[in-house]
Order: sequence, then C-alpha cells, then structure tokens
Amino acid sequence: MRKRNPNEMLLQGNEAVAEGALRAGCRFFAGYPITPATEIAEIMSVRLPRLDGTFIQMEDEIASLGAVIGASLAGCKAMTATSGPGFSLMQENLGFAIIAEVPCVLVNVMRGGPSTGLPTFPAQGDVMQARWGTHGDHPSIVLCASTVKECFDLAIKAFNLSERFRNPVVLLLDEVVAHMREKVVLPAEGEVEIVDRVKPKVPPEWYIPYEDTPSGVPAMANFGEGYRYHVTGLTHDIRGFPTSRPDEIGPFNARLFRKVSQHFREIEMGEMDFVDEADITVITYGCVARSAKRAVRDAREMGIKAGFLKLTTIWPFMRGPVDRALKTSKAVLVPEMNMGQISREVKRVNQAYSHVHTLNKVDGTIITPEEILGRIREVV
Amino acid sequence: MQEVTKLIHKYLRHDKKFPHVWCPGCGIGIMLGALVRAIDRIGYEKDEIVLVSGIGCSGRLPVYVDFNTLHTTHGRALTFATGVKLAKPHLKVIVVMGDGDAVAIGGNHFIHAARRNIDLTAIILNNSVYGMTGGQYSPTTPYGMRSTTTMYTNIEHAFKISELAVTAGASFVGRGTVYHAVMLDGLMEKAFLKQGFSVVEVIAHCHTQYGKLNRMGGPVEMLQWQRDHAVTVEAAARMAPEEMQDKFPIGVLVDRDLPVYTEEYDRIRQRAKLGEEKSA
Repeated sequence: MRKRNPNEMLLQGNEAVAEGALRAGCRFFAGYPITPATEIAEIMSVRLPRLDGTFIQMEDEIASLGAVIGASLAGCKAMTATSGPGFSLMQENLGFAIIAEVPCVLVNVMRGGPSTGLPTFPAQGDVMQARWGTHGDHPSIVLCASTVKECFDLAIKAFNLSERFRNPVVLLLDEVVAHMREKVVLPAEGEVEIVDRVKPKVPPEWYIPYEDTPSGVPAMANFGEGYRYHVTGLTHDIRGFPTSRPDEIGPFNARLFRKVSQHFREIEMGEMDFVDEADITVITYGCVARSAKRAVRDAREMGIKAGFLKLTTIWPFMRGPVDRALKTSKAVLVPEMNMGQISREVKRVNQAYSHVHTLNKVDGTIITPEEILGRIREVV
Repeated sequence: MQEVTKLIHKYLRHDKKFPHVWCPGCGIGIMLGALVRAIDRIGYEKDEIVLVSGIGCSGRLPVYVDFNTLHTTHGRALTFATGVKLAKPHLKVIVVMGDGDAVAIGGNHFIHAARRNIDLTAIILNNSVYGMTGGQYSPTTPYGMRSTTTMYTNIEHAFKISELAVTAGASFVGRGTVYHAVMLDGLMEKAFLKQGFSVVEVIAHCHTQYGKLNRMGGPVEMLQWQRDHAVTVEAAARMAPEEMQDKFPIGVLVDRDLPVYTEEYDRIRQRAKLGEEKSA
C-alpha cells in the first residue's frame, strides 16, 4: 500500500483558508456568523486557542473588523471572514485600516445579492465593492481564489501582502470554491515564505510613524513596545497628527497609492495559456475560471484557437496581461456571475485592440463549461 | 515645580501643536485632568497605556497625551479596544467616548463589552448633545429640551448611561460630573484598578450648543446646575423617588467581582491544548 503523505488532505475551500491563515501566522480572529463563510470562524475558534491565539465572536461585522484592526495594532496578525451583508457593514472600518495603514486580512465569500440575496448560492457581485466599497479615494489589494489549493496559498499571500504594504487585503471566494472539497497537498512547515511587518530600527524619539520612505511603506511599531504614537482615521501628517495643510494632505494620499502602484509586480498574480495569436481569449476569475479552463480545452480540441487568462489578483487590475491578451487575440470573452463588473474594466483597458464580449449570469448557478463553449463558438 | 506643571510635562505631547480643539470653558479639559491624575496616582508606565477614542469632541482627547493613542471610527472605539486588549492583555486599555459615540451609534458595542466583562475602562463624556456637529439632540438629551434638530423640543426619552451599564453586566460603574472634579479623580482611579469592564460616566456641559439653545447660561451657570442636581449615591438612597425627580446620583453605582473575559479565555486556551473540544 502506498504510504500516505501527511500533507495530503481533502479540504474544503473555507478550511483551506483557515489552514493558510494559521500557517501565515494569524493569531487573532474576530467574526460574526454568516453563510457561506461560517466554517472559517468555527475552525479558528478551535485552532487559535491551542496556538495561544485568540478567537472572539463579536456582536456584528462592524465590531469584528474593529477588533481585528485593534489586534493588528497591538502586534497580532489578524483576520475576519464574512459574506455580502457583513462585507457591506465592514466597509467603514476597511477604510480606517487603509488610511491608518493597519495590516489585516478580510475574507469575503461572495453569495448572491443585493441585500440578503441568496445566502447559499454563489455569485461574483462584490468585485467592484471590494475595490470601491469604502468611501474616499484609496488603493485596494484584492485576491480571488478558484481552487481549494489557491484558498490556502492566497490566504498566506494575503497576510504577506498586508504586512508588506501595511494595507488591508481582501480575499474573495465564492460559495462554490468555499464549500467545494478537493485534494490538496499542503507544503511542509518551513517551505512557505512568511512576511512580517517591518519594525522601526530607530529609537522611539526618532521614530516617524508615517514617514514618506522610498518604498512608500513606513516602519510599523506595535502598541506597548515603547514607540508611543497616534493612530487616527483623520488625514494625518507624518507624525500621525491630524492635518489640514494641503502640502501634507497631497503627499500623504499620493504615498498611499504609490506604495501599491510602485510594487505592482509583487502583487500581480494570474495564469495565462495560449493567449498569443488566439482567435478568442477567455478572461476569467473565481469559480468561473474552472469552467472556462475546461471550455478552452474543449474549444482547442475542436480546432478553435482559444486562449485563457485567469486573474488571481483582481485589484490592482492586471493591466499588463489583459493588455497583451487584447492585443494578441481577435476577441476576448469575459464570463462572470454578475451583470458585468470585470468586463467593464477590460473594456476600459481595451484601446480598440479587440472585441470584448460578455457572458453574464445572475441566477445563482455557476456558469458551465458548455455555456462558455457555446459563447466562444458564437463569437468565433 | 508645581504639581500640575509636572503632570503637563510628563503626560502631554510636546510635539503636538496646541491649542486644543475644545471651546473655552469646555468640561473635557477637566475630564482629561482627572484621567491624567488618576493614571499618575496609580503609577502606570506610559508605554502600557492604550488610550482609544471614537468621534466627536471627546474623540480628540487622545491626540494630546503621550500614550499609545488610537482615534477610531464613530461609535466603534470599544471594538478596536477589544482587539488591542485581547492581543496584548497586559496593556491597560482606556476608552474615551461621548454620549453619541457610546449609546447611539455605538450602543450595541457598549452593552456587549459590558456583557463580556472585558477588562477595559470606558470613560463616557455625557454632555447631552452632539457638540462637534453643531448641537443636534443625542440619546441623552432630556425630554422637552431643544437642540438644532429638535427646535420644537425633544420628544424622545434619555438613556441613563450608568444604569444601562449596570444592567448590561459591567464590573464597576461610577458617575461623576466635571463640577465634582475631586470625586472624578477617585472614580477614575477605582475604575482603572478594577478587573473587568469599568465605566465612568462624566456629566459635562456644552454651553456652546446645548446651553445656548436651552438658555442655561455659560460654563459657570452650567457647572452650578451640575452642583445643584447631582446627589451622592449615599444621599440618594435616603431620598424619596419624588425628591430625586430632577436629580441624578453620583458616586460608585456598582462595584462587583465578576469573571473577567481575558482570564476566562486563558482557561479556554488551556482546555484547547488538552484537546477538550471533542469530549465536550
């Protein structure tokens, strides 16, 4: 009999997220029960106390993200997980984490909306909310998983990016990926790259908490470590104190954007196949990417030159690869489980290079390979 | 050096641009003084204090003091403080809120923090009005009073913040006024030293908005109003309900020993390490 690999597991997407978060060093979870994300909280409530971490079920999702931000400021890697209605409630504190530059991870398992919508059905309707849901102009880092293994990998990546850039990272799943079970082989301990926030190397009296560094990311002191400074949701100067001076406000906002845009290469992740000289390239993400992959394979077997581009990083938008697909393909197709959110972004990037076709479905069911193949054949 | 000068040098931020944002005659300064004196008397290290606030006039308090300070979103200060406390239980976490912060937008967080009995001190400045936005009525504006959004008088009934905290399960609840400044020092000291959720409600005046609209005079007259309407808990116990009609009790309303969240959670950690979730 073949010896069983201890790292080989049958996992659900939500379970893989929890495994990945713990591997990344997450030691604090605050959340509120919501379908289809609840399993993440349940697992964390059992696992975190064993690791001297903390789980707390808060009174609502607003409180959950508040507690996560507080824990992160005190030095814990922290996360929450929710779905549509809870994600809406978290938007205000998400903005706080952005302006105060507090690393944290927010998992949003997308379900049908608007409002209570379809709690147990998948959708991809929160893509634009993840980008623009909190008020004010701001950068966003948003990742999207389409396999169970990716749930594990991206949970780690989300923590790494949030610690690296001092920005909250939203990890989007959908009900299909969150509840689906797949065999995954998890990497052994020590094989995974873990990134921690950069701490100040100067003595407290020299510390400038929101300093405009070349990387755009200031060093972060945790509460209680001797660096007493002010954290506020008001627009602040480099010392963290509220300011109303245009010559301080402008550079501050510019730096928030720069710290993401300057390091775009570190954030960008995707998968590209047969894009060059394709008659049609399918640009896809999340659970629909699974159907798209099959549809592209079937199309190629039928002799159609079809290409495949999966966006794993949703925001900042992967302009480069999309640009290339648009330039080299005669047409692109964007299937998604909403009335057209990423397709708009693709159309914005498209400078009359190509035809952008859409396939939209909002009936609470996944887009099937057959439906994508049908649309490919229609377009070609 | 005068005692007060020593405290100013030790606790106020030297690199923060003064003057502060509060109106001349405001009671928040007295509350800040009591907070600093109580902290100094207990002898906490500045590094171990985390001072958290919400939004509004009271929300601006932490920026002036040399602790770890966190100015959060409106009504959510207790939730951020909960995260800080659970991540680093050895830190002394103090939360400053206004009445709008604590019992309007943040009312849910307030009762749940009390119910959990999480080891935080909530200091609530109750001036019966939204001052920073220009004098709108709050959940503690008394019935029949005027504000910029109740110009025909208020038809809602005021929350009693301290009594709410007692009912919700706080370990310590004290009410003071900015007129009774010496008592306020003592209440804060007791609250800081208490294990579990402790609340100090500070009755204060907003002469700029509330006082002006209700013709209550300036800061002096409004402080005199506090003097004339506050009754110590001990005296109140001897008074008939009708005598207490337009009065409110000040002093320690409750001081009890209840299981504290962080200690309870430590026990959960021990049980988790023994794998007890399966046998439960």
